[in-house]
Amino acid sequence: MTVQQISVFLENKSGSLAKVFRTLSDAGIQLITSTLADTADYGVCRILCDNPEKAYSVLSKEGFSVTKTEVFAIVLDDRPGRAADAIACFAEGGISISYLYSFLYEGKGVLVFRTSEMEKAVALIAANGLVEAKL
Amino acid sequence: MRDTYPFGIASIPLDQCVRLHSSSGTTGNPTVVLHSAKDLHEWANALARSLWMVGCRPEDVFQNTSGYGMFTGGLGFQYAAEMLGMLTVPAGAGNTLRQLKFFTDFGTTVVHAIPSYAARLYEVMCQQGIDPRRDTKLKIMAIGAEPHSEDTRKRIEEMLGLKAYNSFGMSEMCGPGVAFECKEQNGMHIWEDYYIVEIVDPDTLEPVPEGEVGELVLTTLNREAMPLLRYRTRDLTRILPGKCPCGREHKRLDRMKGRSDDMIILKGVNIFPIQIETILAQYKDLASDFLITLNTVEDNDDMTVEVELSELANVDDYAYLQNLSKDITRKLRDEILVTPKVKLLPKGALPRSEGKAVRVKDLRKKY
Repeated sequence: MTVQQISVFLENKSGSLAKVFRTLSDAGIQLITSTLADTADYGVCRILCDNPEKAYSVLSKEGFSVTKTEVFAIVLDDRPGRAADAIACFAEGGISISYLYSFLYEGKGVLVFRTSEMEKAVALIAANGLVEAKL
Repeated sequence: MRDTYPFGIASIPLDQCVRLHSSSGTTGNPTVVLHSAKDLHEWANALARSLWMVGCRPEDVFQNTSGYGMFTGGLGFQYAAEMLGMLTVPAGAGNTLRQLKFFTDFGTTVVHAIPSYAARLYEVMCQQGIDPRRDTKLKIMAIGAEPHSEDTRKRIEEMLGLKAYNSFGMSEMCGPGVAFECKEQNGMHIWEDYYIVEIVDPDTLEPVPEGEVGELVLTTLNREAMPLLRYRTRDLTRILPGKCPCGREHKRLDRMKGRSDDMIILKGVNIFPIQIETILAQYKDLASDFLITLNTVEDNDDMTVEVELSELANVDDYAYLQNLSKDITRKLRDEILVTPKVKLLPKGALPRSEGKAVRVKDLRKKY
């Protein structure tokens, strides 16, 4: 079970990020988490929310360049070393992670990552007893 | 010329032609200009006369910083400088440190450069601690192939401690040496024993009154391989009224005021927006809107191409986005021969215009 993430391509221009969040809020969409990565020329805002299908359609309609991506979200027990264990098992399983971020959700740590080797990741998650988050 | 590409309008058999020059690009409707041996001799003669006019003599050392090959500023100046009897240094384009070494080692007195490269030469001289007045013998520079202002000329002259003369030409006529400034530095004498000169209204094609701006139309008088009758140059300029104090009777052209088509001249290279459009249209991840911005950054002209992403672009993937702009940059460079900055934009980011789309914004310092 993967979760759907919405990525929005942004110009490095003041107000462009504000417009994304305003568009989502006007559509009654609740954010779960978001990250913003930037290069010299542009930024990419990645969003998890309660209704990704609707988020995708309202953002597209507003003229944003948007992509829907399947990412994995793993729930981690609240004790030291769990993130290290989880990432180690992906490294040992030989899948490469293109990006990763984490946040707290309902009192638990959630690790979100993207890989192009989806099937391998699913197998590794099952084999290592990792729990996928239900957002 | 485009319709009959490559040899359709040759006026003599090809076996009597000894060279061709071709415009840049692979999609932008190239043109070919053929030359007989006599044509090359006449071309060299017109440019040698121009160089003599500004004070070049056989004892001078002439260094050419133009690219050789298809660009007529290379071989054109080479043959003319040899005909005049100067010692020539065919340095070619780029490698600024080597250019400076040649200046000092060979005692270069005359140099040919595009205006933006003149500024670059000075910049590197400063970095290397070279004072052009103290450490070189430079005294004359021919600048052309790129629109530039009187202020730019004055700055070049002050920086390098020499006299800079405006040179005008185009490959369709031969190359450099169509018109050239005399020591008065007020208008370029166009060689009327080589060309019939007309200035016309680009819309009505009627001649404009003397002194008014219009499109330059040229008829070649002594070309063998490819004579051209009333060739529309698309360059906008005017004839300066009155006589030149230097005594020459050949009419004087004012600085070029622009183009009657959408051709861009950047670093001496002719570029049509359609060439850029054709490349961008090959990408499914790009939308059809784009904007070319020309700017002067630290005395160097550069080009930025902004283009919108289409719905098919995967904006979640950085490596993909980076490779996309790199790939576009490389393909554009291969096509237009200068390296643009490519900037990806979200769709809808470029201003929409009513009617004809604005594809080119020219913010360069000039005129």
